[in-house]
Amino acid sequence: MRRRRQRMVLVALILAGVTGATALAIAAIGQNMLYFFSPTQIKAGEAPQAHNFRVGGLVVANSIQRDPDGLTVRFDVTDNLNTVTVAYRGILPDLFREGQGIVARGQLSHEGQFVAEEVLAKHDENYMPPEVHEALQTAESGGRMNAVAEDNP
Amino acid sequence: MIPELGHFALILAFCMALVQGILPLVGAHRGQLAWMGIAFPAARAQFLFVAIAFACLAYAFLAKDFSVAYVAQNANSLLPAIYRFSAVWGAHEGSLLLWALILCGWTVAVTVFSRSLPLEFSSRVVGVMGLVSVGFLLFMLGTSNPFERLLPMPADGRDLNPLLQDPGLVIHPPMLYMGYVGLAVPFSFAIATLLEGRLDAAWTRWTRPWTLIAWVFLTLGIALGSWWAYYELGWGGWWFWDPVENASFMPWLIAMALIHCLAVTEKRNTFKGWSVLLAIFGFSLSLLGTFLVRSGVLVSVHAFATDPARGVFILTFLGLTVGSALLLYAWRVSNVTRRGGFDLLSRESLLLTNNVLLSVAAATILLGTLYPLLLDSLNLGKISVGPPYFNAVFIPLMMPLVFLLGIGPLTRWKKERFKVLGSRLKLAFLISVLLAGALVGLTAIPSSLMVAIGLGLAVWVTYTALQAIAARFRYGQDRWRTLRAIPLEFFGMTLAHLGVAVFVVGVTLASSQSVEQDVRLEPGGAQTLAGYEFRFDGVAETMGPNYRAQQGEIRVFRSGELVATLFPQKRIYPVQPQPMTEAAIDPGLTRDLYVALGEPLGDGAWSVRLYYKPFVRWIWLGPLLMAIGGLVAASDRRYRLIKQARRAAVLDKMPNELGLAREGAQ
Repeated sequence: MRRRRQRMVLVALILAGVTGATALAIAAIGQNMLYFFSPTQIKAGEAPQAHNFRVGGLVVANSIQRDPDGLTVRFDVTDNLNTVTVAYRGILPDLFREGQGIVARGQLSHEGQFVAEEVLAKHDENYMPPEVHEALQTAESGGRMNAVAEDNP
Repeated sequence: MIPELGHFALILAFCMALVQGILPLVGAHRGQLAWMGIAFPAARAQFLFVAIAFACLAYAFLAKDFSVAYVAQNANSLLPAIYRFSAVWGAHEGSLLLWALILCGWTVAVTVFSRSLPLEFSSRVVGVMGLVSVGFLLFMLGTSNPFERLLPMPADGRDLNPLLQDPGLVIHPPMLYMGYVGLAVPFSFAIATLLEGRLDAAWTRWTRPWTLIAWVFLTLGIALGSWWAYYELGWGGWWFWDPVENASFMPWLIAMALIHCLAVTEKRNTFKGWSVLLAIFGFSLSLLGTFLVRSGVLVSVHAFATDPARGVFILTFLGLTVGSALLLYAWRVSNVTRRGGFDLLSRESLLLTNNVLLSVAAATILLGTLYPLLLDSLNLGKISVGPPYFNAVFIPLMMPLVFLLGIGPLTRWKKERFKVLGSRLKLAFLISVLLAGALVGLTAIPSSLMVAIGLGLAVWVTYTALQAIAARFRYGQDRWRTLRAIPLEFFGMTLAHLGVAVFVVGVTLASSQSVEQDVRLEPGGAQTLAGYEFRFDGVAETMGPNYRAQQGEIRVFRSGELVATLFPQKRIYPVQPQPMTEAAIDPGLTRDLYVALGEPLGDGAWSVRLYYKPFVRWIWLGPLLMAIGGLVAASDRRYRLIKQARRAAVLDKMPNELGLAREGAQ
């Protein structure tokens, strides 16, 4: 009998542990998941204020500006329909350049600028982040006849 | 001609895999000796053919045969020979070929080292491995033939991704694959056992060394990958919770759980069903990892070309393998389980807790990895789950694990008295708390509760591990004889546990005490960081074999004395005109100085990233110790005894007596 009770305690402890971990995981996933929004969605006001999310698109040609300190960079990101200005302080990834698809993580400021904590450009020059690819396609099929042709073959 | 030969060899290998996967299993089922006897020769023949195919592909790379599409996409006439060779596994098709080769290699190893197993059992094991091989070879022949020709033949190749042109990448994939695929061995042992319908202590003794070796390779592979990311990606990070990293990390956690579970099964003849289930899960997660990496569903450094057909094939294969394995488990497990009694406080229950924590950790990582895919496929929005989630979940799970790790080796099997255990651990606990408090309180470095906990746990693990060894000497008369009487397995365990302590120190200090700064530096300019002065002497052009580089020169001083001269580079590979940051590191046991070039800002000025990273080496030193510990444990004498055919056959017949004898020896 004693043995059985011990076994029950053990099972209860494990169950409590697993339940705790599950609760922890669900809470953590709720707090830490990052949604992706395209420039068009941001324009439409779908993106949250004062909350982290990700934005992606193509870097607009001739839009890259550097502040005098040399480290703060501003550039526009487009889904060929709308653009949003991204500000980032730090060193950009190797593959960052005009016309390249990028994804940035950060928050929207009151002036409507996206203040990025991190800018990602993937490690292959032909590679297009799937979110960006989809955002471009959605924008293109959004009914605009004069949608800019994608420059990626 | 050579590539066609390779393709042909691959087809022959596939036929051999069919033979190896079907006949021995049928033979074992019907008790036909002749059919069972086919298993070993078929496995060896398959290995030979896959090796020929691999050699043909390697030859095509070394001979710069750009008429082969895969070679043209991943090599260039200027690429150095060593990278032309490692380019064989630089992309999708070739890495599958490497996978198949390693699987065959493991099968042959089983045929060599398990000759003493009963024929029926070993032919089942080899048969199951043959079936796995059938799946992979079919995948390769059907969707990813590395020998496909490219017409017209291009004048030159597109070159290997510059990121992969690195010594770390020459060995990282083979190591990782050895581990991934190595888990196919315990998996096949588990399936063979279920097919046979009985599970005895001998099973665990056969499975343990294989699991250990696979885990060792996985450990080294993951650590190498982390090290490579650290120095090559130019961000100074060592773990990103990237989905592909997770894909290798989950099998590692499960394999570790399996190693601990098998310890219970072997010594106490219990937890059998759970061992079998872990063996199945371990390999299933390896396959899932392959699916995630190869199907292109993931956004990752590692994601190769996207091809829906490939994804569907692997998903089907995954479903078939895991599904049939679990069905078989559900059907047969009642035959193999047997309950052994143990108390609430005993080594069994501590190891059970270890297994629960490791499995839950693997499950939460799986959740974080698959959840975004699930939401996306249901059109519920595009999300990503980043490091904050994994850190928030994983670290709280690992802290109790590391704490219990200190208790486990000092606890008796079956039944332990709380008071006795308490008095045994009192001193260790006191020392850990005091030492951690002193380290945090007396040094000037800014620190937090987490740092104190991390350092305290490291001291705790180290002290208790040494205490467990010391305890073995207490009763011995002759020290030397006592030392020799301690099984190698015990030393292996201690080494691996010390590795955990080293790793914890590294993670705690590197993640809390690192200093990082992005600065603009003009030639002659300087920046002070964590007591080190970085002087920038400008940038000059240099040439490499297949790239040209802007090379910066930075001298680092501490209190006026030169510590290191660093040469970070920004490389351009003309064939793939993407720049590549090559960080420069001054490594040290207690700190790394890390410098990476950003962009030119005009007038010779550059943006430069400077890091001071204390104890970051310990992050890889820890896994190295774990791997060495695993090897030492796997070379334990009693696993080698298995090779002695007669003896093992006899042992197989009397598992219970053996279990008792082992206990007596403890």
